Amino acid sequence: MIPELGHVALTIALCLALAQGFFGLAGPIFNKPGWSAVAKPVSVGHFVFVAIAYGVLTHAHIISDFSVAYVANHSNSELPLLYRVSGVWGGHEGSMLLWALMLAVWGGLLGVFTKRIPLQTSAKVLGVMGIVSVGFLLFMLATSNPFDRLIPSPMEGRDLNPLLQDPGLAIHPPMLYMGYVGFAVAFAFAIAAMIEGRLDKEWARWIRPWTAVAWAFLTIGIALGSWWAYYELGWGGWWFWDPVENASFMPWLAGTALLHSLAVTERRGLFKGWTLLLAVSAFSLSLLGTFLVRSGVLVSVHAFATDPGRGLFILAMLVFFIGGALALYAWRAPALAQKGGFAPLSRETFILANNMLFVVATLLILFGTLYPLFLDGLGLGKISVGPPYFNTVFIIPTLPLVFLMGIGMHTAWKKMDWQQLKGKLWPFFVGALVFAVIVPLVVYRQFSLMKFIGVFLGVWAMAVAFVEPVKYFLRKRTLRGYSRTMISMCLAHFGIGVFVIGVTMVSTYGVARDIGMKPGETVMVEDYSFTLQGTRQVEGPNYSAVQADVLVERDGETVIVLQPEKRTYRVQQNPMTEADIHPRLHRDIFVAMGEPLGQGAWSMRIQYKPYIRFIWLGAFIMAFGAFFGATDKRYRVRREDEATEPSPATPGGQGKLQEGTA
Amino acid sequence: MKSLKYVIPGLAFIVLAGFFYKGLFLNPRTVPSPLIGKPAPTFELEELRNPSESFVTADMHGQPAVMNVWATWCAGCRDEHEFLMRLGRSGTVPIYGLNYRDERPAALQWLSRLGDPYVKIAYDPDGMGSLDWGVYGAPETFLLDPDGTVVYKHLGPMTPRVWEQEFLPRISEMRVASR
Repeated sequence: MIPELGHVALTIALCLALAQGFFGLAGPIFNKPGWSAVAKPVSVGHFVFVAIAYGVLTHAHIISDFSVAYVANHSNSELPLLYRVSGVWGGHEGSMLLWALMLAVWGGLLGVFTKRIPLQTSAKVLGVMGIVSVGFLLFMLATSNPFDRLIPSPMEGRDLNPLLQDPGLAIHPPMLYMGYVGFAVAFAFAIAAMIEGRLDKEWARWIRPWTAVAWAFLTIGIALGSWWAYYELGWGGWWFWDPVENASFMPWLAGTALLHSLAVTERRGLFKGWTLLLAVSAFSLSLLGTFLVRSGVLVSVHAFATDPGRGLFILAMLVFFIGGALALYAWRAPALAQKGGFAPLSRETFILANNMLFVVATLLILFGTLYPLFLDGLGLGKISVGPPYFNTVFIIPTLPLVFLMGIGMHTAWKKMDWQQLKGKLWPFFVGALVFAVIVPLVVYRQFSLMKFIGVFLGVWAMAVAFVEPVKYFLRKRTLRGYSRTMISMCLAHFGIGVFVIGVTMVSTYGVARDIGMKPGETVMVEDYSFTLQGTRQVEGPNYSAVQADVLVERDGETVIVLQPEKRTYRVQQNPMTEADIHPRLHRDIFVAMGEPLGQGAWSMRIQYKPYIRFIWLGAFIMAFGAFFGATDKRYRVRREDEATEPSPATPGGQGKLQEGTA
Repeated sequence: MKSLKYVIPGLAFIVLAGFFYKGLFLNPRTVPSPLIGKPAPTFELEELRNPSESFVTADMHGQPAVMNVWATWCAGCRDEHEFLMRLGRSGTVPIYGLNYRDERPAALQWLSRLGDPYVKIAYDPDGMGSLDWGVYGAPETFLLDPDGTVVYKHLGPMTPRVWEQEFLPRISEMRVASR
């Protein structure tokens, strides 16, 4: 009975989404403020009913109601509670429901927090959100209803994929979807602006905090996914260029470009065409990712459902939303574009370069991801490109990007004095260069071009990130009054530097060794010695495992005893490698078990991963920066000086602070 | 004409959507290989484990043979490896490997860690040898008859079911025919 209530709630949510779409869009168009005003409460109601449906499915998982087909396929009565709850999004139907829930959350938040925005605009935004939700709810009800019954009901469920039974993965999809779907807000604002034919600086100010928060969630989601892949897939890589990973990374790249372009639109009223296109693209790429993952056009390790019927439905949605938005763009954007002057050496130029490079990176990844599809569609057979392609092409736009970032963040709007800029930055430039030569040579005694470039860029980005706030602090002895947006930019850019260091160190100085070990045997990797002390059988709640004791020592002192496991899950009978890791900020020691070699011996994979934590740490710093920036008070307070242009930097004025520019 | 640039994203998307539409009806797992029924393309590549030795297509002739395309960056290859090890031990047919766009040290490590089911392995770091075979990705597994004709091609990890349903019957047929 309860699962049927979930189905009913989902149907009601669909009706409310239709109402939200209709009143939100028809109200402003036919000039009926009463209709427009309806959209807000409806968006909250819509959220409530999607949440009920979601709650019902979670309940069915918790009580192990195997008469619900979805629960029977993705849960098991022996499954620990945490994974019963996270198992809700462990399969296709449930993760679509999570998608719909996130969309409803954003819609509901918009309904509550758009009081300062004129009703004309906020109603349209909610209307677009409603229509997006209609698409997804229809999709679920028509092709993937999570509440379908399985009669007769089985005694036991087929269990959740063991790969997904992990705390990291339990929180990864909600974060990722929150970000993915959050770009729908920017999309809705862009559509609203194009319908209205009006796009001003205020518009950019409304959308910036929403975009920043969505971007921050997406950043965390991607970082968690990478972290999960690192310790759970069992072989120590942190990014695989899998189509599903790319599907989350492309919206991130477009979203990053959007955040920067929005800064120009807000401060200078320029780049309007770009901003609109990027706002449409970021969400379009999220939709595209959903299509790629759900339709089975590309084979991926992560893909759950491959069903052409579903694929066709999502493709139709894709054409409707993306095609519609781009058609609107072709029609309305030319009228919105505005010419404005800025000198070749100005912040505008740097942000334009940033946008170009991000777009190039996105297109290169899009191309690589879809390459097999293109060739196949042309009847040329299938050739996939794989990590060799991505690793090579992705570096091309990113190296200049990181370098220019360090300069661009210190430039001024409109026109910048090169001499002054040079005076400010050259010590850092030289310092980073020296550092990048000395550290590889002296500390690691290995030198190569990539090590040099990587360390240089990372140190450069970190070193210049806080120049302005530090100067401000030294002058005023406080950070009070300093723009939060500015600090958020500094934090995010610092995070990039941390990330670059992590990637460089791990890929150039990481050590991985695969060795057969007998009990009692010792191996040296870097400064550490590893001794296999023995193995034993252990029983988990829903698996049994062989566990090894590996004593790790350094200079004769015990560091830790690591206990990697080789698990066999009882229901699905999959062998799973459970690595054990000794994490420190500057290095991870990673031990995983391979195959038994007989007589108690095992093949072991031992890895030394310097600074790998920096990769995720950098991502979290970026996300924290974006969250912090969204709290800037100018997003909440109406400003009087809206009409006035921010004054261009006065040359020689001690590098006058350019506030509010991240 | 000035507004032309605003139309480009839409046009690009239409092209993309066309490919998506077509892609939906192409099953990514059953690749209609134009090679089936034709002689296996020839290559001459270095042996992975012994660079001084070479591996040519003709080395696989003379009896039914399986050629498995793999790489260390490929997740599916890991999934199928255990089964390949079992197949190799069973000795039903010789298993040859084609190491696709990989690095030699990484590939050798992989073999020492997970075991080595292969009789011979071709090392194809730039994918040039694999190109003629229409290799789309990894893993992929080809079945060759004793004359070196491509009889079947499977895309994606090899599983006991695929082996029993697609490979074993064909191998038995070859054995009967050659008798």
